[in-house]
Amino acid sequence: MAEAVLDKAPAATAAKAMLSVRDLHAWYGESHVLHGISLDVAEGEVITLLGRNGAGKTTTLKSIMGIIGKRRGQVTYQGQETVSLSSRAIARLGIGYVPEERGIFSSLSVEENLMLPPRVREGGLSVDQIYELFPNIKERLTSQGTKLSGGEQQMLAIARILRTGANFLLLDEPTEGLAPVIIEQIGRTIARLKREGFTIILVEQNFRFAQSVADRHYLVEQGRVVDMIPNAELDQNIDKLHAHLGV
Amino acid sequence: MFELLGIPPQALFGQLLLGLINGSFYAILSLGLAVIFGLLNIINFTHGAQYMMGAFIAWMLLNWVGIGYWPALVLAPVIAGVTGVIIERVFLKRLYHLDHLYGLLLTFGLALIIQGLFRNYFGSSGLPYQIPAELRGGQNLGFMFLPNYRGWVVVASLVVCLATWFIIEKTKLGAYLRAATENPTLTQAFGINVPLLITLTYGFGVGLAAFAGVLAAPIYSVNPNMGADLIIVVFAVVVIGGMGSIMGAIVTGFGLGLVEGLTKVFYPEASATVIFIIMAIVLLVKPAGLFGRTA
Repeated sequence: MAEAVLDKAPAATAAKAMLSVRDLHAWYGESHVLHGISLDVAEGEVITLLGRNGAGKTTTLKSIMGIIGKRRGQVTYQGQETVSLSSRAIARLGIGYVPEERGIFSSLSVEENLMLPPRVREGGLSVDQIYELFPNIKERLTSQGTKLSGGEQQMLAIARILRTGANFLLLDEPTEGLAPVIIEQIGRTIARLKREGFTIILVEQNFRFAQSVADRHYLVEQGRVVDMIPNAELDQNIDKLHAHLGV
Repeated sequence: MFELLGIPPQALFGQLLLGLINGSFYAILSLGLAVIFGLLNIINFTHGAQYMMGAFIAWMLLNWVGIGYWPALVLAPVIAGVTGVIIERVFLKRLYHLDHLYGLLLTFGLALIIQGLFRNYFGSSGLPYQIPAELRGGQNLGFMFLPNYRGWVVVASLVVCLATWFIIEKTKLGAYLRAATENPTLTQAFGINVPLLITLTYGFGVGLAAFAGVLAAPIYSVNPNMGADLIIVVFAVVVIGGMGSIMGAIVTGFGLGLVEGLTKVFYPEASATVIFIIMAIVLLVKPAGLFGRTA
């Protein structure tokens, strides 16, 4: 089935893929969670991983980032094999990670949280650009990181990655548990990042949100990619989507 | 001069000073334990032996190489810190994914080995270490006599404690340290070298213990058992202050030294046990410790 999906992606896309994942397996202890994920992301593209809870979307991001203990397969980033690298080395290649639980440190102030990740490449946003993008953060710099609202924490989690110069972003459910007005703001932010040339893998449960920002969607089920739907064809495939997402 | 509850002021202030001296050692040692536990999740039972090593390294530097007190104050913590780095790289790093108990057993075993080696080589009667010439004598403050060296111990330990606090709470390096303590996986995924941070933190904690050892050398005789006697009280101090709290370790260390001193004045019979009584009460009322954060 995975092969059939790959056939859908034109060979040209695969050739200039910024990130290419082939037959990725991952384990939590003895539990085999990913059973051969394959996907490609071209430079400047926003793709989503859609699927039920426990389908393996978060694990896929963690495996790309190198924070899953045991993983096997191929993850090629800009021509470099990364499956054997530590998460520290992977971050240094310019991949920025925004975890599902947002990962704001409670023992750090908002400013310390923002400044924590070291610069990994040239061309990151300056602090002023970040304050312009997320004005709320500037007003709360001295607060404890976790004293921010959920939406502000999400903005901070994205903002601190933009500072580092990372241009390939892994965003794990950035809209989870947030009010519609905040979701809109995050949607605008992602659209702007896309315009500025960032490449993004987005994990989402909210497929309406996914539709508003993404180029392509990968459906993940039981640790495998079961389908790939270009955004333009999403509406025609709504039945398939319902069947997979159970919505 | 005035009297307080029938206690002459010389006795009161004398005991308070002794309490403050003990408190200085409690503070530095519990600070090192708290820093190590925070990042490594290891209860460093070798801490007492490393304090003792600090004193012995100062003694060896003086008697074997002719290097005096002031350079030893820097060199001994650095040398002890390097042994700490080796211990972390060779032994401790294999234990992080295991229960606390394994780290405790390993470091306890190391403490016994280190103390045994020093006892075997130097005997257990203790070796003298002179107070440096600059700090001999004392000041008559009117209400009490303050030996210069004891005043220096209190000042030096306060400075070192506050500097450590400043580094951890107010600098970029400290922010890395706090982040790695809270969520090492994510900190590493930002490109920060967490294993190196862990190694250096252990080395630094050991260096703090050795610094206390050098400070102690001219006061107590340099003895292989000096750390074993002290470390039990220091663990009680850490439990009272709360594991992992930096300012908590400092305040509790000095505070309990003073409480111990006061107990010697007003009810000497309880002076050896008062810290453990306080520990029991704190554990009953606030199990995470006075400054501890409950997870």
